[in-house]
Amino acid sequence: MTQATLSTPAARPLARLRDPAWYQEYGVYLAVAVVLLFNALFTEHFMTADNLRTQLVQVAPIVIVALGMALVIGTEGVDLSVGSTMAVAAALLPLYLGYGLVPALVMALLAGALVGAVNGTLVSLVGLQPIVATLALFVGGRGLALVMADGQLKQIVNPDLLSLGTGSFLGIPLVVLIAAVLAVAVAFLVQRTTFGRQVVAIGGNRSAASLAGLPVRRVLIGVYMLCGVLAALAGILATARLTASDPSSLGTLMELSAITAVVVGGTPLNGGSIRVLGTVAGALLMQLLRATLVKHDLPDSTAQIAQAAIIIAAVYVARERRSR
Amino acid sequence: MNETSPAPVAQAPAPRKTPAAAGGGAPRPVTGAPPPLGQRLAELLQRQGVLAVLLTVVIVASFIYPTFATLDNARGVTVQASFLAVVALGMTMVIITGGIDLSVGSVFALGGVLAAWASQWGFLAALFVPLVVCGAIGLLNGFLVARAGMAPFIVTLATLLGARGILLAFTDEGATTYLVPKGSAFAELGQGSVRGFGYPILIALVLFGIGGLVLQRTSFGQTLFAVGGSSDAATLMGLPVARTKVLVYALSGLLAGLAGALNAARLSSGVTIVGVGMELDAISAVVIGGTLLIGGAGSISGTLWGVLLLAVIQNLINQIGSLNSSYQSVVSGGFLIVVVVAQRYLARSRRTT
Repeated sequence: MTQATLSTPAARPLARLRDPAWYQEYGVYLAVAVVLLFNALFTEHFMTADNLRTQLVQVAPIVIVALGMALVIGTEGVDLSVGSTMAVAAALLPLYLGYGLVPALVMALLAGALVGAVNGTLVSLVGLQPIVATLALFVGGRGLALVMADGQLKQIVNPDLLSLGTGSFLGIPLVVLIAAVLAVAVAFLVQRTTFGRQVVAIGGNRSAASLAGLPVRRVLIGVYMLCGVLAALAGILATARLTASDPSSLGTLMELSAITAVVVGGTPLNGGSIRVLGTVAGALLMQLLRATLVKHDLPDSTAQIAQAAIIIAAVYVARERRSR
Repeated sequence: MNETSPAPVAQAPAPRKTPAAAGGGAPRPVTGAPPPLGQRLAELLQRQGVLAVLLTVVIVASFIYPTFATLDNARGVTVQASFLAVVALGMTMVIITGGIDLSVGSVFALGGVLAAWASQWGFLAALFVPLVVCGAIGLLNGFLVARAGMAPFIVTLATLLGARGILLAFTDEGATTYLVPKGSAFAELGQGSVRGFGYPILIALVLFGIGGLVLQRTSFGQTLFAVGGSSDAATLMGLPVARTKVLVYALSGLLAGLAGALNAARLSSGVTIVGVGMELDAISAVVIGGTLLIGGAGSISGTLWGVLLLAVIQNLINQIGSLNSSYQSVVSGGFLIVVVVAQRYLARSRRTT
């Protein structure tokens, strides 16, 4: 991803703006900046600390799921089961809260790891396509969650768990803080660790990675497990914020939001490169866009059509680059 | 073997779909010896395994639940399945070319609402409007995939959102419900029946018949397999790869719109909330039916058995009154895993023998 800067010397910064590659690299940040600028100029009560905090709190679970999704997509995979995993984690919480907060959290996260292990095994050992492998748990996972919860929504009364969802530290909501820390951790994982390099290498060319002696299967299972754990964590945080465990609707369409964030953020769907910061910006862009349209009294339908257009545009820009 | 078409194109690209099962005069294998029994068994299981599972489930269920094996129940199961079947038919073709169409659930809902809205101008309008709009959405998918070279998964994900958006805009964010005039010819299309089997079932069966013929007996069908087997090789052979892909996505949109229109005719109204998650049901049915998601191999009949299997599972869980309906997705998910893993191993054992 380090581009040769022969043709774009620092002396002519504007030349970069004509380079499609530049847009793929920085387009999503530019778009976030444009949306923010638009709101600063034309939207009342948007650039207030309160509203921005609300936006960040709302986007945090999406970011957390999208981080795991970015890793999976980096291996040329995809994980459709993240929404169901959130529901499973949410359904487990009330079952184990009687034993205390920590056991409940551990069980929920373990469930996420287990879901990921199943997905990873199906992908790497059985050799199924990621869409098929994760489709099974997408379908079955929510059913499992509903069975565990007896199909019911359960109020959460544990104050410690609730403070996870509503608490703040130095004025920053805890969920936002957790998402930020995780983003940094995943970025570090991708850029500075052997595991991260292996993930990218496997996504770039799986058979070459295998021939080079990389532990392909182990890495793949690890990636899906990480994705599952992150999804479970997002499920826990969302449950804490909703003050209720709602396995029937929690996390629906989350797989689409997460994939969108990753793709808009510039990570190619065919693997080999992971943009962690871009993923965060992608999630933020979609959230801010929706909020902007809502504040201007434009209906949901417009927001969805706009979202569709942005996805297409982002992928089109990415395609331009790859075909060169 | 199936036709006298001299085009080498028609035979070369369908390695798995035209096996040596056509009797002694199989033209393709160069080696004279018939394949070993184990290999033939694995092949048969891979192609007809779903049918075997379906029959087993139906027979066992008939003994355990007397209410299952009744004509009334069969009518109920099949009419529910017919809408998904029509959607899954288009999905099968898309998947055979190595693509995927996530937009069908939204297109299904949009088609239904458009049909209900247009039914005030008569039968033809009620069919024409959804088919044109949904076909156009499919065409857009096809162009973005085939001409712009974008990933099918993401293109159709975007149209999934976009079609829902159009649907919401068209119904004032879901506030407006369009009704099909009572007793109109269009309502009859959804509610009428022959011996209790509704027209949607018959339409689905006819479409599957046509689909099967197109896939196996026409060069368009063979081209689908070639494109799915290897897009590059198909291009080198001079096949119209891009045009085929565009057509397939357009067909998928068209069929999803038609299924939505039929559903609206049956319900007498265009309902905005239908079709959510339908794309994944359709994909499940196609995959359970033995079509490979990587493309290049698959069958229309398998998809039909896959749709029926999902419908029967749902029906059985309703029959077992004590289970809540969430078990349905658990069982469907379980089935999906079992079938795809079995497929995988059967395919592997066949290749290694």
